[in-house]
Amino acid sequence: MYDISMREAQPVQYMERTRLYYEAQGFDRAYQWAQHDDVPFTPLKKPLRESRIAVVTTGARYDRLMTDPRFVDSGDIDELPSHLFARDLAWDKQATHLNDLGSYLPVRTLQSLAEDGTIGSVASRFHCLPTEYSQRRTRETDAPEVLKRCQEDRAELALLVPL
Amino acid sequence: MILGSAIDIVEHCGVPRFYFVDFPLGNPCGKPYDQDMQRSIVLEALKLFNTASEARSVVKDRNLWGSNEWRQQYMEIKPEDRERMLQQGEERRRKRQHLRDIGHTRND
Repeated sequence: MYDISMREAQPVQYMERTRLYYEAQGFDRAYQWAQHDDVPFTPLKKPLRESRIAVVTTGARYDRLMTDPRFVDSGDIDELPSHLFARDLAWDKQATHLNDLGSYLPVRTLQSLAEDGTIGSVASRFHCLPTEYSQRRTRETDAPEVLKRCQEDRAELALLVPL
Repeated sequence: MILGSAIDIVEHCGVPRFYFVDFPLGNPCGKPYDQDMQRSIVLEALKLFNTASEARSVVKDRNLWGSNEWRQQYMEIKPEDRERMLQQGEERRRKRQHLRDIGHTRND
């Protein structure tokens, strides 16, 4: 049956929701979300069926606390864990769970799409990009490190899947 | 390309390509254990690599989560929670200050 209420549901305004939440916790300075006037764009250089795709997640291969120092980490796609750790991130713990890796780390899905020729291949490592309060750290340290690792694996495309 | 669910944050940031899945945060590739949905989402997302011709290209996935309560409930602040939330905030500020005091931070 066609459910009008569901079709018309509006996306959650996360920035506003977050601002109100931290305000209620007594934080007086609202978080400044990253914002870029200039956004880069690169057209595909090769057809998808010849391209190698790397996957980047904000989840981690180890359990971490919100306050732990965090660094870029990479895992082998042939030794995928059963799930990733992310209890320190603000995904919706009430509405869902992370017990099924495929619902947030699309490596196996991409591997099957490589098998049927939709894409060329999947890069041999997936990358765990840490979320940081400091945008400078993400921009100047972590993002270049992920790019370097993608290039080492000769990936042409990157699919970033934040939780 | 970003495959994700927080469209306001991603559009505010500005990215080359964004495939938007309007699900609760945590399962941008499809509902848990629904491999058919996960495949269809990833397959549709990949098309955006080809179809996008400029930065800030956004395509919305057509799959539905199946309920909408989560939209209201995420980070919901109920009047009876206000006191507890302030205490949580206090605790968080104390912990953060302690970590700064002992130098438990990244230095790059």
